Amino acid sequence: MSKWIEVGAVEDIPKLGSRVIKTKEGDIAVFRTSDDNVFALRDSCPHKQGPLSQGIVHGNVVTCPLHNWNIDLASGEALGPDEGCTGKYEVKIEAGTVSLLMK
Amino acid sequence: MKEKLILVGNGMAGVRALEELLKIAPEMYDITVFGAEPYGNYNRILLSPVLAGEKTIDEIMLNDLQWYKDNGITLHTNKKIVDINRRQRKVVADDGSEESYDRLLLATGSNPFIIPVPGHELTGVIGFRDIHDVNTMLETSNKHKHAVVIGGGLLGLEAANGLMLQGMSVTVVHLMETLMERQLDNVAGDMLKQSLEDKGLQFLMTAQTEAILGDERVKGVRFKGGLEIAADIVVMAAGIRPNIELAKKVGLHCERGIVVNDTMQTFDPKIYSVGECVQHRGETYGLVAPLFEQAKVCANHLAKHGIGRYEGSVTSTKLKVTGIDLFSAGDFLGDNTTEDLVMKDAARGVYKKIVLKDNKIHGAVMYGDTVDGAWYFQMLRDGTNVSDFRDSLMFGQAHLGDSGHGGENAVANMSDDMEVCGCNGITKGDVVKAITTKGLFTLDDVRCHTKASASCGSCTGLVEQILASTVGDYSESSKAKSICKCTEAGHDEIRATIKDQHLITMDSVRKTLGWKTEDGCHVCRPALNYYLISAWPGEAKDDPQSRYINERVHANIQKDGTYSVVPRMWGGVTTPNELRAIADAADKFNVSMVKVTGGQRIDLFGIQKEDLPEIWGDLNKAGMVSGHAYGKSLRTVKTCVGSEWCRFGTQDSTGLGIKMEKLTWGSWTPHKYKIAASGCPRNCAEATIKDFGVVCVDSGYELHVGGNGGIKVRATDLLCRVTTEEEALEYCAAFMQIYREEAHYLERTAPWIERVGLAYVKQRVVEDDENRKVLEARFHESQKHFQVDPWAERASAGVESYEYNALKDLT
Repeated sequence: MSKWIEVGAVEDIPKLGSRVIKTKEGDIAVFRTSDDNVFALRDSCPHKQGPLSQGIVHGNVVTCPLHNWNIDLASGEALGPDEGCTGKYEVKIEAGTVSLLMK
Repeated sequence: MKEKLILVGNGMAGVRALEELLKIAPEMYDITVFGAEPYGNYNRILLSPVLAGEKTIDEIMLNDLQWYKDNGITLHTNKKIVDINRRQRKVVADDGSEESYDRLLLATGSNPFIIPVPGHELTGVIGFRDIHDVNTMLETSNKHKHAVVIGGGLLGLEAANGLMLQGMSVTVVHLMETLMERQLDNVAGDMLKQSLEDKGLQFLMTAQTEAILGDERVKGVRFKGGLEIAADIVVMAAGIRPNIELAKKVGLHCERGIVVNDTMQTFDPKIYSVGECVQHRGETYGLVAPLFEQAKVCANHLAKHGIGRYEGSVTSTKLKVTGIDLFSAGDFLGDNTTEDLVMKDAARGVYKKIVLKDNKIHGAVMYGDTVDGAWYFQMLRDGTNVSDFRDSLMFGQAHLGDSGHGGENAVANMSDDMEVCGCNGITKGDVVKAITTKGLFTLDDVRCHTKASASCGSCTGLVEQILASTVGDYSESSKAKSICKCTEAGHDEIRATIKDQHLITMDSVRKTLGWKTEDGCHVCRPALNYYLISAWPGEAKDDPQSRYINERVHANIQKDGTYSVVPRMWGGVTTPNELRAIADAADKFNVSMVKVTGGQRIDLFGIQKEDLPEIWGDLNKAGMVSGHAYGKSLRTVKTCVGSEWCRFGTQDSTGLGIKMEKLTWGSWTPHKYKIAASGCPRNCAEATIKDFGVVCVDSGYELHVGGNGGIKVRATDLLCRVTTEEEALEYCAAFMQIYREEAHYLERTAPWIERVGLAYVKQRVVEDDENRKVLEARFHESQKHFQVDPWAERASAGVESYEYNALKDLT
């Protein structure tokens, strides 16, 4: 059964940056874009499992720090011509608080 | 409602313009394309390999019919536009149908020039221009024996070679004395003729065609003087003419081609034009590189971005005949204002000629060994002053230092399974396959698709050669390369704008220079951040989110996501106390490996990110600070023991090294920056492969600059000799500052000096005493802001603590 879990305030994530949520199943990277959208992905690049949370965020994209793959924040998919996808989580923001839909 | 854009001419230049347009403004237009041929867009340059049986038609398709569907483009094949009603903005096709437009793009290309001799209309007389021509040639070669090609230029020789490979007996007829006289001088032309004769082609030079013989079908050719030869097919390859029939008919201003301005606009502001049909600043172009540049500029204006101007192109040529290496560019004939460097080795079949004007490459022609063609061409376009290495210019780039491939840099000799890109394990076959199956043209495309040359870049030259031998002579010829895909602006323009307009934020730079993206990308943001803080130290604010992760968290990320930590050891000197602190920290934080680095320091591996501030705190307590082993910044100062201990030492190299490190640590630079000081010319600290190296001698100090180990070893150039330590330190600061202020981001001192010339650096730093003092002063001013230990700030002052803590722990 999935449920919404509060993880912190939008303000706690740096603009164009990322924070990590630790879970038993591995880290989740939470990103904040310049227009204050928040996205959550598994913190693992589909290429060689680089920590996406450590990458540079631009537009709705994060660039993996290991080999510069570009991953779409909304879908978790690698942008062409690279191919691959990392898991994503539903995010909602209520009164400045970020929640993730998790199992 | 969307505006309507019509493209007339479904060829490489026009479709490229659409592709560029779709990239920047995908939703702007309803697009309709009219093509006279029954195909999608194919790579016309590769018709020669198709004729030679080395490729199939499918392999040279660039955009198949599905591409048009996917992009919502209406494509009419087999439909020729015969009229344009410019007042009502409508085009009329040969079947009588009409279509209206808001913007019209004419890319009607060119036609082969058919010499109007008697008999030129006979069956079997063709040009060499499209798939239909190739099919005709292939069919003829199945049934008949004799082929005559009129024209000994690039196109004619490729056609002749193809027909010969299809089993025909081929005679090439040329009006001039030299083959390809527009691309080759007579020496290279003769060598080319010799090797084509060895392959089996026959030549009739200085032969003027008088008539083509036959009743319905061609049977032979007669020349002035009466000579007649048999022919079952005659290929006219005597040049191309811009196809301006339609434009002329509807009253657009044409001369040799359709006249356009720098934005690719014709005299009718609603009508643009690109490709071989265009005449720009008096020039027409028949090679693909300039056409693609035109397409890019045109797309930019169609998208109403209103930036970018086409300013003409310098082109280079390469013949696509397997087994023949030939390259020419620029003015290779020269005149009485130029000098020639010539090398000829007839036995090896090698000929090279470089034409110099004012110590810059003005033109080049090469035969047999074209490995360095791309390098010469680059310098030709950049206007590089070659006086510093003129004596070895002829021997190529490899001669300037090992290019990292152990001399293996001739693509032609490589088998498909040989590795090109050692970083990513990409073979020549992988690159060729990507180029042909995905229709790639540029180095950027290949990097994107294969990752070849996308990491360390040492194989860039190889990849460029593979591109040239696979798709032909495409290379970008725009002078200033843009810094990334977000902008058209190049590094120098950005630096100058930041300085001149006193810009201190990234947003203002992006606005001023017309960025296409809201917040840039992972390529331009780190560069802009550096340019801002180096131009306006203390004023521009450092942006951690625009720093690559290593610089953001002041440690080196490793492949498993852990970090490594290198404390500074001044001049490579340490103490028992420091070593104890390092050992304790290694135990406490479960360091998996302790490694001595090449820069005389100690690296601790396998540290968790959240432990970083604490380990830094422990190292700080023992008096150590960040070693910046992670930064585009001063890394290490390597020393030998010098006169204090060594029986050969002439000066205190260790002491000087420590002083230089105390002077320069903490400064950010365009790329990593290494210093060394050796106590005598035996040079145990390897100072001559450092960005700044000091070699102590009995009479003082030799100052060396622009060296590096790594991918391409480059030994330093001697900057000057000084007599005192104070002077050495003054030069150390001034040289670092001019590099900080003028080099491109991610350009090390070695390529920077090769680009601007040692003479320039000497003039600014050595000969101009006043300027050196000014540079030194600016360096010290900058250091006031940056010489702080980032580790201490984070270990004890809690700076950016969010970086090192999870937002939430759900374990």
